[in-house]
Amino acid sequence: MATLDTPTVVRPDVRARPWTVARIAGWAWMAVWIASATGICWMFVTDFDGDFFARYAPRMLGGLVVTLQLVVLSVILGMFLALPVTFARGSPNRLIGGLAFAYVYFFRGTPLLAQTFLVYYGAGQFREQLEMVGLWWFFREAFNCAIFTFALNTAAYQAEIFRGAIDAVPRGQTEGGHALGLSRMTIFRYIVAPQAMIIALRPFGNEIILMIKGSAIASVITVFDLMGETRLAFSRSFDFQVYLWAALLYLLMVEILRRVWDRIEIRLTRHLKRDQD
Amino acid sequence: MGELFSLLSYGPDGWGDEIAQGVWLTVRLALATLPFGLLLGLLIALAKNSDEPILRAAANIYTTIFRGLPELLTLFIVYFGGQILLSRLIGLFTDTYVEVSGFVAGMIALGLVFSAFASEVFLGALRGIPPGQYEAGSALGLTRLKTLRLIILPQLIRLALPGLSNLWLVLLKDTALVSVIALDDLLRKTNIAVGVTKEPFFFYLIACLIYLVLSLISSIGIGRARAWAEKSEVR
Repeated sequence: MATLDTPTVVRPDVRARPWTVARIAGWAWMAVWIASATGICWMFVTDFDGDFFARYAPRMLGGLVVTLQLVVLSVILGMFLALPVTFARGSPNRLIGGLAFAYVYFFRGTPLLAQTFLVYYGAGQFREQLEMVGLWWFFREAFNCAIFTFALNTAAYQAEIFRGAIDAVPRGQTEGGHALGLSRMTIFRYIVAPQAMIIALRPFGNEIILMIKGSAIASVITVFDLMGETRLAFSRSFDFQVYLWAALLYLLMVEILRRVWDRIEIRLTRHLKRDQD
Repeated sequence: MGELFSLLSYGPDGWGDEIAQGVWLTVRLALATLPFGLLLGLLIALAKNSDEPILRAAANIYTTIFRGLPELLTLFIVYFGGQILLSRLIGLFTDTYVEVSGFVAGMIALGLVFSAFASEVFLGALRGIPPGQYEAGSALGLTRLKTLRLIILPQLIRLALPGLSNLWLVLLKDTALVSVIALDDLLRKTNIAVGVTKEPFFFYLIACLIYLVLSLISSIGIGRARAWAEKSEVR
């Protein structure tokens, strides 16, 4: 069979990339990371203590479950609380709007730790009154106080996210709905809300990450979440490894959530993507 | 009610002076962290914006770690880890006992977290500067460093300011965490006052209000800074 003559192509030699300052710095920095990672692994292996592991590993996993409960419960409760606040902020009634604004401003402007103290220790001060209305059993538990504070806190942030997302939906969408003679409720439910949800998705994911990180604060009011168990283990053993274990677990949680959120976003915005051609 | 407010008076009976000292420490800590965090954040943003893949990867590892860890955990790792590391290092030479200052540990931990988030803000701002600006700099014969300092940085500040002001407010609130490592900031002074007076609700509410006032003052400062940064935009 005849073959076509392939023309000989002369290409210049591929030049080795020069060792620029940026490249040297990059390798040096990466070397630091690799050395730290190796050092930590080495520490885990050489300082491995079977008794210590058997005693604290199950406790820390239990703490992890408590952390997950804190995050899931407060984010969901916060969401239910955030919706009325979102609508209150857009309300034409100035009193309702003002109250919602004050609520959001207070919870976004003060440290979560201070809010947690305010609820946990403050509830103890009003014990008699709370017993009278039959709510003392709730505020007696540090875990419930943490959930209560976190839900109020995240609701304020979520309300801001939802409001921003609703405002970001173009006005023409609502006007289009009116032109079609749809009721306000229908316009919100079928036109504005679905679009706002896509806009709110990413900030909402960030808010959950903030909540995962913020939940560590519960350990300060004697809740034995992951951070609480870690602090307990450290105070008993003075073994610094436990903090590194906790760090790995927190990083893992945040990374998993981030990956899952990327997937959700791709799935939910697939109708907005054009085919690559 | 009057009794409660008399607890806030200055002097030996009231807690006003203690709380004022706490506020002063909180403000000092936040102000000391800011330049350190900004500089580190800018350097990391430049690394992330670099053409060199290995440098970008190293910088991304940094942000993944310090944005993903709870601030409280970062603080403990810096405080206790720094203590262990330092005493081992010094133990190689002498056997004096060293103690890491809570203020420095707080500053480093908050600065690490701040820089990780700030680098994202700076990176966004860097990408918002058109390439023509760099090209103009090189057409004028400026060195890369001079282009950065004279052309890019002034625009960078304007673009990054809104994001950075948010981070400043977050930083101000995060300083409350140092009360857990027994540094006498506003919240810890409040804890002490509560321990003595048994008036938790009142004192923690006051502490919250002080944080609100601090952020209100910051907002005024930020407004001024924004006006200054955007004065070139006024037509």
